[in-house]
Amino acid sequence: MNIKPYGDTLQDGKVQISFTLPIAADAIGLEAARQLAKKMGLIDPNVVHQEKLGDHFSFYIVYGSVGVSIDLNDIHVETFETPTMTREEIEQLIETELDRELVFVGASTGTDAHTVGIDAIMNMKGFAGHYGLERYKHIKAVNLGSQVANEEFVRQAKLLKADVLLVSQTVTQKDIHLKNLVDLVELLETEQMRKDVVLIAGGARITHELAKELGYDAGFGPKKYAEDVAAYAVLELIRRKKQMF
Amino acid sequence: MNKLNLDQKTIESCRIHANAIAEKIVRFIDNHTTVSVERSILRLLGVDGVDRYQVPLVNRLVDDCLQQRNCGEGISRYLAASLKNTQRNLADFLVAYQAGKATLAKDPASVEETLAILKPWIDQGLKKIQEQKELRNHWINTYGTAKTQIYVIVATGNIHEDVIQAQAAARAGADIIAVIRSTGQSLLDYVPYGITTEGFGGTYATQANFRLMRQALDEVSKDVGRYIRLVNYASGLCMPEIAAMAALERLDILLNDSLYGIIFRDINMQRTFIDQNFSRLINAYAGILINTGEDNYLTTSDAVEEAHTVLASQFINEAFAKKAHLSASLMGLGHAFEIDPEIENSFLFEIAQAEMAREIFPDAPLKYMPPTKHISGNIFRATMQNALFNLATVMTDQSIHLLGMMTEAIHTPFLSDRFLAIDSAKTIQKTAKSFREAIDYREGGVIHTRAREVLQKAKLLLGDVEKTGLFNALENGVFAGVKRPFQGGKGLEGVYVKDKDYVNPIALRMEEFFR
Ligand code: B12
Repeated sequence: MNIKPYGDTLQDGKVQISFTLPIAADAIGLEAARQLAKKMGLIDPNVVHQEKLGDHFSFYIVYGSVGVSIDLNDIHVETFETPTMTREEIEQLIETELDRELVFVGASTGTDAHTVGIDAIMNMKGFAGHYGLERYKHIKAVNLGSQVANEEFVRQAKLLKADVLLVSQTVTQKDIHLKNLVDLVELLETEQMRKDVVLIAGGARITHELAKELGYDAGFGPKKYAEDVAAYAVLELIRRKKQMF
Repeated sequence: MNKLNLDQKTIESCRIHANAIAEKIVRFIDNHTTVSVERSILRLLGVDGVDRYQVPLVNRLVDDCLQQRNCGEGISRYLAASLKNTQRNLADFLVAYQAGKATLAKDPASVEETLAILKPWIDQGLKKIQEQKELRNHWINTYGTAKTQIYVIVATGNIHEDVIQAQAAARAGADIIAVIRSTGQSLLDYVPYGITTEGFGGTYATQANFRLMRQALDEVSKDVGRYIRLVNYASGLCMPEIAAMAALERLDILLNDSLYGIIFRDINMQRTFIDQNFSRLINAYAGILINTGEDNYLTTSDAVEEAHTVLASQFINEAFAKKAHLSASLMGLGHAFEIDPEIENSFLFEIAQAEMAREIFPDAPLKYMPPTKHISGNIFRATMQNALFNLATVMTDQSIHLLGMMTEAIHTPFLSDRFLAIDSAKTIQKTAKSFREAIDYREGGVIHTRAREVLQKAKLLLGDVEKTGLFNALENGVFAGVKRPFQGGKGLEGVYVKDKDYVNPIALRMEEFFR
């Protein structure tokens, strides 16, 4: 099936965009905005608003139609659907399949001071009505907090004999998170620990694809909660256990 | 104006508790100094610059002092002895010191000698600050101050780019420009040097960057006929040093919270309390308005359940500020519009909280923070949320209006984000100009009830904190649910007990000024 953006009629392809140009808000700016939209591929771009942002900048809102469409049959995404499981089901699974206490160690690493995300996953109270890992039977959840250097994180992971590592990254400006996340993987490899842990990244701008690319086992973004992470990690540990035999 | 009919006795007992809480800490503060306090003294005496490894001279000198003794006697006494021994003036001594031709004296000068020897540089430093203060007053007298000042941030990481964005924002109607710092700076135990063009999530706070931005804003102030105020952030391991630099370079506002570093950056509590005290004394002397950061609690904890912790913290910040001689007109206490918009009547709760802050701290230039936590990638919804916030600001007569950005959940602001935000704030200011005078809140209505409840809970909390002491309260996680150990966190190694002959010649003179 071929699809296009929808305004008020199927296949009309309507989109809106807005941007700033580093020039004054005059007739030239208006025309520049229109031509730019055209070069972006918009058919009949309509610059519906121009606004002066001081003497040297101007802002534009443009409507238009896109000529291209997407064939849904050509789309392949590695869907990363964690099975929907309740806390009780997960606890039951650990009991029957693994029969031991699992250690989850988490932190907001590097210079990142944001804790709300990792707390949402780990702390007793959880987030938006979803209890955190601390409340799970058979899971020992250790939240190291924020601004934890990768070296310290790895040291603690070793000390606590972690099964699962949870890394949160919120600040992404200048790709600071990428470097930090990759550094951790390298450190784990140097310490020969990478294979012994389920390594999970998370944060507002983290996707599963990105995490995989960086050498993580999984990545979780917004609207993911403790049960998603726990279900994934427990199933992965079971899979690895079975693989060993 | 009294719209909530709050119980004055309850407010009074909050102040009494807060004062007692601060009193105990001040006793602790008075007996201690830190490496950062000592470095600030050097900065105010005129020591500046870095060695070839980019280590600031003030760090070198204080580290030298630590190698021999500890900081408990005060760096000033060693510096005075060095000038005496080498028969040099400060500038010459520093050149020789840097060239390895002079070292810091092994034994300190006496207190009297220290004050006499250093007098020319103390005078010079203080004079510079006074001149900057007068210049600021002159600007303000010329142009006046808006009743509600519009505050926006720039955070490109590159100071030159920040300048462009700041000037553009000022021309669009912003009254206050804050340059957000790079992540990680608050944990550096030194202040980076020179003009910087690379930062993460913000731009490094350096004296050269301060100067550059101040110049740019002075320029634009003339053009727009408003004095554009400049803000930076003091909280962190170098709190008093940033205050010293801000005083010398005429910043107008500093984020300077007594608890923020402890709670949100895991900086040791002893270190923070000592640092914030000298930092605030410098602010008071320089006429720099402080902004406190209790609004941040609500980004971490639930804004409905924890509203009283914000009020309690405002009382504590007020008490500390008074002890550092800050007048009410320099206390920009913080609070925020952070309740989940999905909650029924949340707008009324917000009004209750904001109006309450206004009435309890009538002379304080309150800093009102926008919704951030409940802003998602839906920029259109964010625009609506920010409009509600702007309306609450007008309805409750807030002083410093920190504008919300529609892209809050995505990136640090684009130029156009700031323009749209300023336009929204200005439009709402205009359309609702006399709203506040036209309304009263009904006795027994949601707003009255909520305000009373929060005030009552704040009183109980302050009573508890007074009993356990603030150090213990922080260990127990009273604020934002974050627990911090007394001996834990960063920077404790930089805390020293004052020797009986300790002297801080700058603080002495500043205290004298307020007497
Ligand atoms: C709250 C907040 C703060 C608070 C943090 C308090 C605290 N205790 O965490 C304070 C005020 C301290 C703060 C400071 C800063 N902040 Co801030 N902050 C926010 C804010 C408003 C909300 C973030 C949040 O808590 N979201 C709620 C949580 C629950 O969502 P979440 O993190 O996405 O988590 C969910 C998922 O992602 C996932 N998840 C998250 N982590 C993990 C980990 C694992 C293992 C798993 C499985 C899942 C998972 O699960 C969670 C639940 O679903 C955002 C803006 C916004 N609305 O998003 C800015 C924001 C994140 N901050 C930002 C910045 C720049 C900063 C500062 C760097 C500013 C500065 N220069 O000082 C500083 C941080 C300094 C530092 N060293 O890091 C920027 C980041 C821009 C960018 N993309 O790089 C944002 C987007 C604001 C902006 N537009 O500028 N901030």
